[in-house]
Amino acid sequence: MSTDVTAEGGHGAIPTGPEVPTTTSPSVARRDWPLYEVFVRGKRGLNHVHVGSLHAPDDEMAVHAARDVYTRRNEGVSIWVVRAADITASSPDEKDPMFAPSGDKVYRHPTFYEIPEDVPHM
Amino acid sequence: MSAPTLDRPTDEAALQQQFDATIAADRRIEPRDWMPEGYRKTLVRQIAQHAHSEIIGMQPEGDWLLAAPSLRRKAILLAKVQDEAGHGMYLYSAAETLGADRADLTDKLIESKQKYSSIFNYPTLTYADVGVIGWLVDGAAICNQVPLCRSSYGPYARAMIRICKEESFHQRQGYELLMTMMSGTPAQRAMVQDAVDRWWWPSLMMFGPPDDDSPNSAQSMAWGIKRHSNDELRQRYVDMSVPQAQFLGVTLPDPDLHFDEETGHWRFGAIDWDEFKRVVSGNGPANAERIRRRRAARDDNAWVTEAATAYAAKHAGAAVGSAA
Amino acid sequence: MPHEETVYDALDHAHGGEGHWAFGTGFDEPLAGVDTTVPDGVDPADLGAYCLMLGDDALVLAQRLTQWITAAPELEEEVAIGNTALDLLGQARLLLARAGSVGVLGRSRERATDSIPDEDALAYFRDADEFCNTGLVEAENGDFGQTVVRLLVASTVRLAVFARLRESRDPVLAAIAAKGVNELAYHRDHAARWVLRLGDGTAESHRRAQDGVDAVWPLLADVLTATDVERRLVAAGVAVDPADVREEVRDVLTTVLERATLRVPGWPADTPPRGRAGKHGPELTALLETLQGLARQHPAATW
Repeated sequence: MSTDVTAEGGHGAIPTGPEVPTTTSPSVARRDWPLYEVFVRGKRGLNHVHVGSLHAPDDEMAVHAARDVYTRRNEGVSIWVVRAADITASSPDEKDPMFAPSGDKVYRHPTFYEIPEDVPHM
Repeated sequence: MSAPTLDRPTDEAALQQQFDATIAADRRIEPRDWMPEGYRKTLVRQIAQHAHSEIIGMQPEGDWLLAAPSLRRKAILLAKVQDEAGHGMYLYSAAETLGADRADLTDKLIESKQKYSSIFNYPTLTYADVGVIGWLVDGAAICNQVPLCRSSYGPYARAMIRICKEESFHQRQGYELLMTMMSGTPAQRAMVQDAVDRWWWPSLMMFGPPDDDSPNSAQSMAWGIKRHSNDELRQRYVDMSVPQAQFLGVTLPDPDLHFDEETGHWRFGAIDWDEFKRVVSGNGPANAERIRRRRAARDDNAWVTEAATAYAAKHAGAAVGSAA
Repeated sequence: MPHEETVYDALDHAHGGEGHWAFGTGFDEPLAGVDTTVPDGVDPADLGAYCLMLGDDALVLAQRLTQWITAAPELEEEVAIGNTALDLLGQARLLLARAGSVGVLGRSRERATDSIPDEDALAYFRDADEFCNTGLVEAENGDFGQTVVRLLVASTVRLAVFARLRESRDPVLAAIAAKGVNELAYHRDHAARWVLRLGDGTAESHRRAQDGVDAVWPLLADVLTATDVERRLVAAGVAVDPADVREEVRDVLTTVLERATLRVPGWPADTPPRGRAGKHGPELTALLETLQGLARQHPAATW
């Protein structure tokens, strides 16, 4: 028996057969809107948490789209949007210098310092 | 963008080892981690197909938005179709963390270089189809998707958590519509049975080919992208759906369906894949129409996208507000 | 991975689990606890007719906006339009239900069975000549530019009316208006943001936005003229006189259009009410055929 679908993705039954021929229109000249990352404070007392991203032409449209898409316009939550391109992140290759120090710089850990047993409240 | 490092192994074998160890420990791979190219490609393809399916999946039900038979049903359906747009966005977001670009993925969908689930090429003939899509199609999607919440790729798993929460409401609204119709007029009850007859087998086919005929599954299972086999999930789905059908008072169109006392499972008849293929290929026009609408949405509104970009360029630097 | 769910859990808990749903579909009772008695000295027939005017405007515009679903520019806009349509649909349901509750059902009950709720009897079983929406909302969408211009004009007028309606002597109308004001302010801002971007975007978008303005402007004539029903209800402290909002509407629209570098057409001369009097174009008949077709095939069915 041969089948020509896979079960990949959430709805399954994705055809694996040859492409359905369609006429390709000349690619429309289009400048894509930049990608924004969205952070939402779910309620007072919580941190803003990254919830996803969206495309928007500018900051103002981005924050409103974020409200529509990621909070479905619930009032009382705070939203941050930031252009993905403006985020500076540690590179995985820098992982050791950035994150490993706490592993080898034992002087940051209290147990490094030998304290005589009889010092109170330490 | 990455600085050279002195003390960290960068040869591929060591990176692969680290990747394998992360997968073996059932921990998540995150966007900036090293990953094998095959893993990245498989994920981009799978997430893109999933996103495309959500977006194309708006159309069969969307066809009833303007004609929904009560204002309450119209509001529910509109919210549901809107959720699907949101799901598509969450998923395109996840694909973009792997270096894909949403506009490019959309182009690939429109040029049929990437696929979407065939289930959405079936037409929605009556309003009962809206209910049955919620109950059976979304139900099958939930069975497929709940394990994806534990996908090894972090952004995909996180998108799926939110999607699954919303999908469970979709399934419930569908089932509730069907219950209302089943307690309605004879014409409404007939509509429901007819829709069940048309959607039952296609929903079983959503789980993909049988395990012994599913060559890609093994690698995806090993990578933790896929968590259960096609047949496992299909059986789970049948076991869940049969009692729901009984409660609803509809007959599932399978004369071989019976309860196996020994295993505690509902056994079902052979799936007629040829029938599936016939219906799907016979629905070429549906496919063409689905794609035509995506193309029109892109091309007819390109001037809007360009205008907003031009405005942003003119007014760059006008701050909106600072973070607080 | 419970920590990953925290933000969504917080959203859910803050809204009683309705956070799963798009705004506007939590079917709680927005009018819970509101006194539904018709105020002294108010003719229920007038009150019901007024509710139909405001309700039909919302229903017809929601239907027009829904036509954009699966056809909108970008997915973000798809979701935004859906939210706006859902808000308007919610307003329509409350207003039609209020009309029904004071006994204004027109000829709908000759066709709909008793099991069908008032809001649906009114939405699905009245003919075009019984609808009293204005011509502003029933006109075809046109392109995205004309759609956002129409949304800007319609939401500016409606926001100005609803803001005053919060003081209505009818407690139900006052409550519906209080809920609607926040929604409409959002619709107006959304539309204004787009008019700015299209007007001051590219040469093509400027031309299309101006065409949209020119197409929508004449429809204002039908919007700001009071009917006899409205005049009597204004005297009774229930309704808003459309003439009272004229200046605010003109100021807001002029400001937005000028900032969008668009030409503000001359204000159209007032005409006797058309849409409010049940006079409509073939556009409304076609819209209602789609909206009502299925429900009318099954007049005894509940959904």
